[in-house]
Order: sequence, then structure tokens, then C-alpha cells
Amino acid sequence: MKVSGSQIVIESLKKEGVKHIFGYPGGVVLNIFDYLYDDKDIQLILTRHEQGATHMADGYSRSSGRVGVALVTSGPGATNTVTGLATAAMDSIPIVVFTGQVPTMLIGNDAFQEADIVGITRPCTKYNYLIKDVNDLAYIIKEAFYIASSGRPGPVLIDLPKDITAAQAVFNWPDKINIRSYNPTLEGNKWMIEKAAQVISKSKKPVILCGGGVLLSNASEELRELAEFTQIPVSATLMGIGGFPSTHHLSLGMPGMHGTYYANMAIQESDLLIAVGMRFDDRVTGKLDAFAPNASIIHIDIDPTSIRKNVKVDIPIVGDSKRVLTSLNQVLKEGEKPQWNEIRKQWLKQLDEWKALRPMSYNYVEDVIKPQYVIEKLYEITSGDAIITTEVGQNQMWAAQFFKYDKPRTFLSSGGLGTMGYGFPAAIGAQAAYPDRVVIDVAGDGSIQMNIQELATAVLYNLPVKVAILNNGYLGMVRQWQELFYKERYSHSYLSTIPDFVKVAEAYGAVGLRATKPSEVEDVIREALKVKKPVFMDFVIDWKEKVYPMVPAGAPIDQMMFDDEPQKEKKKLKAVK
Amino acid sequence: MRHTISVLVENKFGVLSRVSGLFSGRGYNIESISVGETLDPKISIMTIVTKGDDQIIEQITKQLNKLIDVIKVQDLLEVDHVEREMVLLKVTPRQELKGEVLRLAEIFRGRIVDSSPKTYTIEITGDEKKIEAFIELMKPMGIKEFVRSGKIAIAREMTRTR
Repeated sequence: MKVSGSQIVIESLKKEGVKHIFGYPGGVVLNIFDYLYDDKDIQLILTRHEQGATHMADGYSRSSGRVGVALVTSGPGATNTVTGLATAAMDSIPIVVFTGQVPTMLIGNDAFQEADIVGITRPCTKYNYLIKDVNDLAYIIKEAFYIASSGRPGPVLIDLPKDITAAQAVFNWPDKINIRSYNPTLEGNKWMIEKAAQVISKSKKPVILCGGGVLLSNASEELRELAEFTQIPVSATLMGIGGFPSTHHLSLGMPGMHGTYYANMAIQESDLLIAVGMRFDDRVTGKLDAFAPNASIIHIDIDPTSIRKNVKVDIPIVGDSKRVLTSLNQVLKEGEKPQWNEIRKQWLKQLDEWKALRPMSYNYVEDVIKPQYVIEKLYEITSGDAIITTEVGQNQMWAAQFFKYDKPRTFLSSGGLGTMGYGFPAAIGAQAAYPDRVVIDVAGDGSIQMNIQELATAVLYNLPVKVAILNNGYLGMVRQWQELFYKERYSHSYLSTIPDFVKVAEAYGAVGLRATKPSEVEDVIREALKVKKPVFMDFVIDWKEKVYPMVPAGAPIDQMMFDDEPQKEKKKLKAVK
Repeated sequence: MRHTISVLVENKFGVLSRVSGLFSGRGYNIESISVGETLDPKISIMTIVTKGDDQIIEQITKQLNKLIDVIKVQDLLEVDHVEREMVLLKVTPRQELKGEVLRLAEIFRGRIVDSSPKTYTIEITGDEKKIEAFIELMKPMGIKEFVRSGKIAIAREMTRTR
């Protein structure tokens, strides 16, 4: 029996276990939306902007580990997904985005709402398709989900011309697919793993770097086993947060530009770095030739292109983090049994000294709210049992530094692309995946305005996300750089007109709360968590507060600036602009 | 250093732009590229000539391998191989140089594929050095224009027996 292309699309999604689609209708996807009208199994969450839809699919995926799905129309609908696709591509997040396209015979004619979205998104997707024959549809959808979620995951786009969604074909769902040119390496090379085990046994001052790949391959248990068994401290990158418990005594916190003093010192002093599922981003390494000068590097990553891209690697292991770590743990446990506690004593003592010397801290004051205080209170009141999303800038760094993440997939942040406007829709996506969990977007007054329209989506579907707006009236991170590196010339970082977020929330049918004094913070958070509705919490914070420690861009990571140093000292450290 | 990279790809629309996009997106330059079908019409082979230090070439080959449509990548610098290029060159020699043009073409085992009262179009096949040497020799004769095919290359079979 033949069915329509639209039916094939939706039935294929069901075969893939899809329950939610984030989408927005338009002319050329009307056939699909019409088929969805009677469907009971898939919920379409109608967003207010296609960028929001893509970030929601992304947040849904990061929090749940499943593939997120978005469905939008052609032309502007499709181009609006580009930022969301690029965000997902940079952070290796599996999403599948369906875009409508003008009918096949009109492609290339500059037809109404036509855009060459396959051409536009080629560099920001893992793969993309233009469907030319309805008979290929089911197979391609299966292939798209497989490509998105396997190997190094990433976004896949499927462009659907309108006539294809109307054309008839037999729905043949393939049992399995085989792409001869795509076979990700999952198992690590045995010899390399044995060599790694030997190097680990001999190392005196090792550090594990836990990246986003640990979360993507669900390898946090294996990583923890490795760390605990060999007593090696762990520093989780921004993308790796939650891959190793922040409260663990072996946790060093985040490395890099706004990393902890002790993580950066440990890396610089180390004789061995075990990098798992991370890619030595410039925000992590600082000045490359001065990065970890004495360390050999074991690099475990599923993507061969990540290895030896930025740093020289002594032991490259291409493979899935979970499988490689499982084998590595096995080899270590079967081998000689060194007295790890004894061997590490000196190194861990050194780390404790650094931790005591410069713990993560800020100056609490009575009269004005410090942003770090808000984050600490969020942690305290939720007992850490929350999914935190962030926007980009100071809010992102404070959320990374002062909340503690003990479970994977609880910190969702645009690390690679650094997309302002990501956190709020991502929170809505996470809330759709976990309706009963507490989901909080830590935002700035600038970022929240980049996708504020999605409040309507949250209200409409009663997805009770909480948004903690750290409101300082500025594009805070830009202002921070201008203060430190541009002679306090605050060019266009002062927003001057900021809406009344309480009223905005109310206008959308959500709840708005405000705190202007530290004493009000706790009540606002408690009240927000009590309400079963989306809430904007407007925290009017100290606008002068900056993110510390800070390594100026292009400096070695042990050249950190701190809050308590006299201004004069700071001036010595010049960023490479 | 200059490398000749042979890339086996799925013969689908858009593959060439995925490959060329990989280069342009990273600021790497393609000196020449040639594409053609293989014995299996579903597979094409691309011969790409590019320049870069070891790290860049390693990235290029890894990135090529990472492309979903790429089946196999071989850096021919690592293996013994044969390479050829073709040039079609149009010269407009003065009357007294016509004989010299024909003589040089013959030395280079070229063929005259078209002629008009004022021009000869010469086809030369060979490795890059030969092509370049021929172009140099023709310059004084009055080159009107020429088109180069870009390099194609193939690995040699092992001839040694153990």
C-alpha cells in the first residue's frame, strides 16, 4: 500500500522513537503538519522562532541523550535554524532538522521562500540531504538518525521538497543500514591502550581532562573508576562538566580561561595529561606552546581529526570513550598493582595546597547581590538536583564555577559556538524531556533577550522552566574585557534600555519575581521553585562584578588574574587582541 | 610540501562541494582537482593536489576521511605512483617559427589536434615537469591560451616478489 511522503516522515520518526518535535509551520511543510493534525503519538511543540526550535531539540538531546528533532519550513524558516545547527555541530550534539523546500521543479528558480539550505548548512552539519525521490525517504531518515547519533555525533539536516511530501510510496522501514564510507572506530587500539596503562603507572603527576565526549558516550562511570582506582585528579572542561562529580575530592573544577587556580596549576605542573573526549580548545589551552610544558599526552577521542590538531600527542587512541576507558581500566587492574595511594600522596598533597591557597571565592557584601551568591543559593536550595542551562558570557562562567554538578547531562551550555540565546530554549527542550525535573536557565539581561519570545512556548505547553536573570545592565563579559584590556572604553556594552522582566513575564502569562538585595535572593528562588509555571527571576546584581580567575586570551594558563589583586598588577597581563 | 591525494568518493551530487568546502573552510588551497567515474559507476575518484606542512596534510587526510561520502583516502606521496597531466595549448607562431613549433611538439610526443591558418592547438601529456617545460618553450612562439587538465595519478602495482 502506498502512503504519502508526509506519512512516511512521521511514521519513520515513530520508528526512531521520537515523541516530541519542535517546529514551526509554513507553506511547503503544510502536508506534514496536516498529517500531524490527527496524530496522537507525537507531540509537536510550536515554538515562536525556528532558532528556538533548533536549540530546544538540542537541549532535549543534551539532557536525555536521545536525538532531538525540529521541523521548519523553507527559506527563512530554514535559514533561522543555521545558528542552532552550528551550535549543535560545534558541541557534537545529535539532532535531526527537517526543512521544507519548494517543489522539486521550482528548485533553483528563486521561488518564493526558496533557500539553498543544503548549500548553506554544509559546513555546520555533520551531513545533510536533499530528498529527490519519495522512495528514498524512509531509508534516508533512518540513515540520518544513525549518522547524527553515531561516531562523533552532530546535527543532520533533511531538506524536503513539497512535492515529495505529497508523493506516494510504499513505506519500507529498513531493518538496518550500511554506509560503506562511514564506519566510526569504536574500539581503541589494544597496543596503544596497553602503552597508556604503562605510562599511567609510571606517571608521578597525572591529570585527567574530562571533555564533552565523556557525556556523549555515557562514560562517566568508567571515568570515575579510572580516577578513583589510580587516584588521578580530574578537571572537567566546560563541555565535560557533569562527566565527573564536582563534589568529588579528586575534582579540580574547570581548566582554562576561567578555570580554577588549582586546575590550571595542576595541568601546567603535570607530567601526564589523560585527555578523554576533549579537543584542546583555545579556551582550555591558552598559549599553546606554553601549555602543560612537561606533560606527555594520552588523547582518547572518537574523532581522529581532533587528535594532533592543536597539541602534540604521545599516545593517540581513537575510539569511543566508554569502550576505551573500559579496556584501559581492565588493563590497569590486571597489571601490576602499584600502591596508588602511596604514589599519589605527594601530588594530591600539592593539589590540596593549591586548593587552599586560592579556592574559588568571591566577596560577599550585604547591600548588593553578587551573581556568584545567586548561583550558590540555586545550588543550595535545589540540593544540586537540577538541570542547569546557560546563556553565554559571565552568566555562563559563574554557572560553571559556582554550581556543583554531580551527574552527567545536567549542565547544558553552548561551549564551542558560544551562542547567546541558547540557554532559554535549551531549558525548554530539557523540560520537555523531563517534565518533572527542575530546569533552570542561568541568563544575563543581554542573552535572555535573544530568544525571549520562547516564553510563549514555555507557557503554552506548561513547561515550567525557571530563568535566573543575572541583571547587570551590561553585556557583562564584553564590559569585563573593555575594562581590563580596552582602557575602560565601554563601547556599546551598556544596554541602557532593559525591559522590566517581571512585567515581561506577566505579559506572557508567566510569573515574574525580582530581588534587589541579597536578603531577597533566597525567597525569590524558593517562590520560583514552588510555582508550577515558567518563572523569570530578575536578580539585580552588582554590575562591577567580573569573572575570576581570568587568563587573558593568548596567555599561558598559569598567568591568571584574580579579584583581589591591585589593578596595577592586572595591567601587566596583556591580552592578545 | 606538495602532495597528491587520491580520494575515492560516492558518486553523488554535492560531494565535490563537500570536499572543496573542507579545504576552503580551513583556508587550505587546492592547486588542482580532477574527478572522474571509476569502474563502479557509483564511485568517483578525485585526484587533489595541495600544499602544506605535515600537520596540515595530516589534518586534510583525516578531515577527508571524516566526510561521510569519502570511501578511501590515499596520500600518493607515501607510495610509488604514476602521475599525468594534459595540456591543450594554442600557439600563434610567426610564419618562420611554425616549423620549430611542430618540431618541439614532436620532441615532446605531442599531437596537433587542431590547426587553422594562424594557430596550432597542441596536446601534450606527461608529468608536471614535462608540461611546464613545454609551456616554457612555447612562450617565445606566441601562446594564445592553454588549458591544463589538472593532475591524475595512480599507485604502481608492487612488482617485487619475495
